[in-house]
Amino acid sequence: MNKALHRYLPILALLALIPLWELICYLANVPNYILPRPSVIYDAFINVDKMRWLEHLWATVRVAVLGFLLSIFISLPLAVLMVQSSFLNRTLFPLLVIIQSTPVVAIAPLLIVILGAGEAPRLAITCLITFFPIVVSTTTGMLSTPSELIDLSRSLKGSVFRQIWQIRFPFAIPHIFSGLKVGITLAIIGAVISEFVAAEKGLGYFVQFSTSYFKIPQAFAALLFLSIISLLLFQTIRWIQAIFFAWSLPAEEQK
Amino acid sequence: MKPFVCFNKVSHQYQSNTTHKVQALTDINFHINKHEFVAVVGPSGCGKSTLLKLITGLMSPSEGSVEIFGKTMHEPRNEVGIVFQKPTLLPWLSVLDNVTFPLKHQHGKVASEAKQYAMTLLKLVGLEQFAHQRPAQLSGGMQQRVGIARALILKPEILIMDEPFSALDALSREIMGFELLRIWEEEPKTVLFITHSINEAVLLADKVLVMSPRPGTVVEELPIDLPRPRNNTTLKHEKFAYYADILRDHIFQKHAALNE
Ligand SMILES: Nc1ncnc2c1ncn2[C@@H]1O[C@H](COP(=O)(O)OP(=O)(O)OP(=O)(O)O)[C@@H](O)[C@H]1O
Ligand SMILES: [Mg+2]
Repeated sequence: MNKALHRYLPILALLALIPLWELICYLANVPNYILPRPSVIYDAFINVDKMRWLEHLWATVRVAVLGFLLSIFISLPLAVLMVQSSFLNRTLFPLLVIIQSTPVVAIAPLLIVILGAGEAPRLAITCLITFFPIVVSTTTGMLSTPSELIDLSRSLKGSVFRQIWQIRFPFAIPHIFSGLKVGITLAIIGAVISEFVAAEKGLGYFVQFSTSYFKIPQAFAALLFLSIISLLLFQTIRWIQAIFFAWSLPAEEQK
Repeated sequence: MKPFVCFNKVSHQYQSNTTHKVQALTDINFHINKHEFVAVVGPSGCGKSTLLKLITGLMSPSEGSVEIFGKTMHEPRNEVGIVFQKPTLLPWLSVLDNVTFPLKHQHGKVASEAKQYAMTLLKLVGLEQFAHQRPAQLSGGMQQRVGIARALILKPEILIMDEPFSALDALSREIMGFELLRIWEEEPKTVLFITHSINEAVLLADKVLVMSPRPGTVVEELPIDLPRPRNNTTLKHEKFAYYADILRDHIFQKHAALNE
């Protein structure tokens, strides 16, 4: 009982905020275009067709998840290359920093010109925003392998492939998951930014569309959806780590 | 009989950057016979780990030659097993899989006979009931025993240990010393044991090599003539303190000379 309470307390606390929010907005008479009350948001949510919600939701999740997977496929090999060659490490890292520090919002219109109006630029934008933390955490993790184990590998004359696959890569798992956790939340941001720039569906598009028609409560409903998706995707990464890589969690999280 | 391990006029320099060189070892000469237990003591930074890297073939000396079974070492060989200062086990593998890891790393797979042999080794180090646990569930001393079993899996003739017990508390350290002697008597090996502890060296070894501070060289080769099997009573043996004193004198004399 105590344990269950401990577990669900954060959710309960969050839910308790809803009536509080309602009450404050009601008492202070806050206009809907500044901060709509939860009940108003709920009405706006009901007023939009369920299929339309699903369509927008799916579009955003799809771009976020695909872009995220794409960035994993790019980041991991890139990290391996950078660990294997200090030359690549020294040349690629500044480049990555430059890419990362250029505002994605500024590159987005360019990407649409280059890649056309389809899903490709949206995936590219999401990928661009998520891959940096994954590359950095993977390289850091692989480089933090104890030197004794590299000596062991060399004394066994293990191939470079096995040195990476059997030693360095597993050693980086805890770091990689930290990177993935940061990455997945950025993926949602990336998807929304890309929808701001060019899309005809998706929650980001829906927020923009709703605000331009002054349907603020509707925009808020979409925002709530975005937060829920972020939480769920983040939680999924944690579950994957807990199920398949339980050893990589700190001792107090292994329960 | 030919010596098992032989250092001939070995010197080693590290090229730390383009202009600067570090002379780590100069003119090292010694040999180790079959099934001999040799300890190396010396102050920090005198080149003990460098010695280990040369003997394991991870590095080649800048001058001179390191011979094993009369053949010059050019690259690592399976006849040499290494136990590191820290256990450095792989946290995602079970204890058993950690012991068979060298086979997996070398051949990509582990035969079932090898698994059985790994179990025998775990029994030898007293950990057979922990075979399916993860390293994180073991104490530091137990992890180091797994490290010893891992070093033995390829059936090496020569076992190199670089301060294997220095991360342990004093009590576990003493217990592990006796454990090591028991293992060594059951599975006779040629052992090169690097340590900071004079008592540990006298207690375990047939012969102690004393190294001087940088540039490291062997300043004394002291045979330890104490009865075997060695145990708690060895510590009280009349000659124990005598040997320890000789070693201490050698190490601190050099220090005093250096400070003047
Ligand atoms: N890769 C390296 N490049 C340059 N110098 C090195 C390198 N490795 C070791 N040295 C130098 O060589 C000397 C001997 O180092 P080594 O690690 O062999 O000492 P050690 O006796 O094992 O020390 P400790 O007892 O602290 O482990 C030291 O002065 C060290 O600074
Ligand atoms: Mg050392």
